Amino acid sequence: MERVPVLKIGDILLVSIQVDMQDQTALALQEDLSDRIVATGCHGVIIDITALDIVDSFVGRMLSSIAAISRVLDAETVVVGMRPAVAITLVELGLSLDGIRTALNVELGMELLARSRADEPEDLGIDGLSATT
Amino acid sequence: MGLTAEESGRLAALLETHADKLTASWTDAVAAPLRGRLTRAELLRQVQDLHRTLVEALQAGDFDLSAEAAASLRATLVEMSRSRARQGFSAAETAVTVFGLKKALFDVVDVRGADPQVLADLLALGLVIDDLGLFTFETYAKTREELIADQAEQLLELATPVVKLWEGVVAIPLVGTLDSARAQVIMERLLETLVETGSPYAIIDITGVPAVDTQVAQHILKTVVAARLMGAECIISGIRPQIAQTIVALGIEFGDIATKASLADALRHALRMIEANRKARSN
Amino acid sequence: MTTDVGPQMVTIAADEDVVRVRQLVRIVAVGAKLSLVDQTKLVTAASELARNTLVYGGGGGAEVTVVDSGRRTGIRIVFADDGPGIADLDLALTDGYTTGGGLGLGLSGARRLVDEFEIDTAAGRGTRITITKWAR
Repeated sequence: MERVPVLKIGDILLVSIQVDMQDQTALALQEDLSDRIVATGCHGVIIDITALDIVDSFVGRMLSSIAAISRVLDAETVVVGMRPAVAITLVELGLSLDGIRTALNVELGMELLARSRADEPEDLGIDGLSATT
Repeated sequence: MGLTAEESGRLAALLETHADKLTASWTDAVAAPLRGRLTRAELLRQVQDLHRTLVEALQAGDFDLSAEAAASLRATLVEMSRSRARQGFSAAETAVTVFGLKKALFDVVDVRGADPQVLADLLALGLVIDDLGLFTFETYAKTREELIADQAEQLLELATPVVKLWEGVVAIPLVGTLDSARAQVIMERLLETLVETGSPYAIIDITGVPAVDTQVAQHILKTVVAARLMGAECIISGIRPQIAQTIVALGIEFGDIATKASLADALRHALRMIEANRKARSN
Repeated sequence: MTTDVGPQMVTIAADEDVVRVRQLVRIVAVGAKLSLVDQTKLVTAASELARNTLVYGGGGGAEVTVVDSGRRTGIRIVFADDGPGIADLDLALTDGYTTGGGLGLGLSGARRLVDEFEIDTAAGRGTRITITKWAR
């Protein structure tokens, strides 16, 4: 069984799915990613599905699970590069990918992550804390 | 309409004997209604081609327009009808190119003094010419249909331009009636443009759409949902009062989709969002 | 590929067979000149049903055929298994209903993605699903 590589770039984990995944491969990716989020302390995950010519309910569920797990581990997940034909098919299939943030490409995905980190109120809280002490 | 080998042979000989006079008179008959839109030399060449291929087909005996021997005659007729159709000539102006031969025969052959055998042959030839005319007409109609289909396709392309309005904003101004097929084409075009231009905002402007039914509204909604799945936001602008009423009456939920009165409002909205995002990032 | 392509069989016995079904259906769909969106819909539907055959039917097979209605070309896929069958079909075709821990979109979703969908099943008799997608 093939494994999908997880790359660390700065504060972001980047996963680019290049193979037609078996269900086992998808499950393994879910585990690998959870481990890497904890091990690296990264706060952002980008999953690039540009190369995927279909997303079925199994892969859809994997993406939702990854997003939910990473949220528990204090990381934000963005799925990028979904092809138009895949999006149209998902709408017809009835899969809404709830809880998943998406962007058109990796660059916009990184911007989205930067923005959501900037929005985090606790950063301001720490600033405020250090100012008063 | 078939002819016997003897009839075919006698008619071929008749057409051959008077070849020059016939083609000249035939060309005159064709040229009159066209009023100079094709030169006489051009018409003469076409008429000569028709004359030659008709004689050849008749010489093969047992004349039959659908037979192998008449293949080059058919090809000549097809070529002539197609070029007439493409150049915008009417059906009558096309058919006259074939029927001109009848008039030429009356001019050239001394019909009143002819013996019954010649008259009978001419009558048979008349029927053959009618067949040629029908064949021409059919080819003409088919070509026109193809032209119309091509134009409809081009119109579909033209009617759905996706334009980049600003860095990060594309717009698709919809004009005219939307049917299900067109709505689907539009949906795909818009989504593809989002990817190509990396634009996170799309404006669907329906100012030019006279009516929206349930199916079309569903297509627009699906486009918006698909765009969201890809990471882009759609704004619908130019909803006219009647359409707003239809949408509500049909019970279609536009939910949290941004709607704006005009394309300008929609663009302003998109730019505001882009600006807000930029600020959030630089904080 | 042309209309004279006979049926092609894929045995569905393991995880990787689902991938093989997807790949075969894609090749045949491209050959039959389906539009990109229609190809994607058909391959997605095939993926859902192949997985069902494996997970719920305990394995089986998929048969892919190019069909010609005289006016248009289409692709027909038959998924068959000798598993436990489906006792309550209406329930199984309901969005969100699942017995296998999935999203419950396999059957109902696949049906929305194709032009024709036929299902022949009963408890204890296995399941046979036939889907067809026509080129436009």
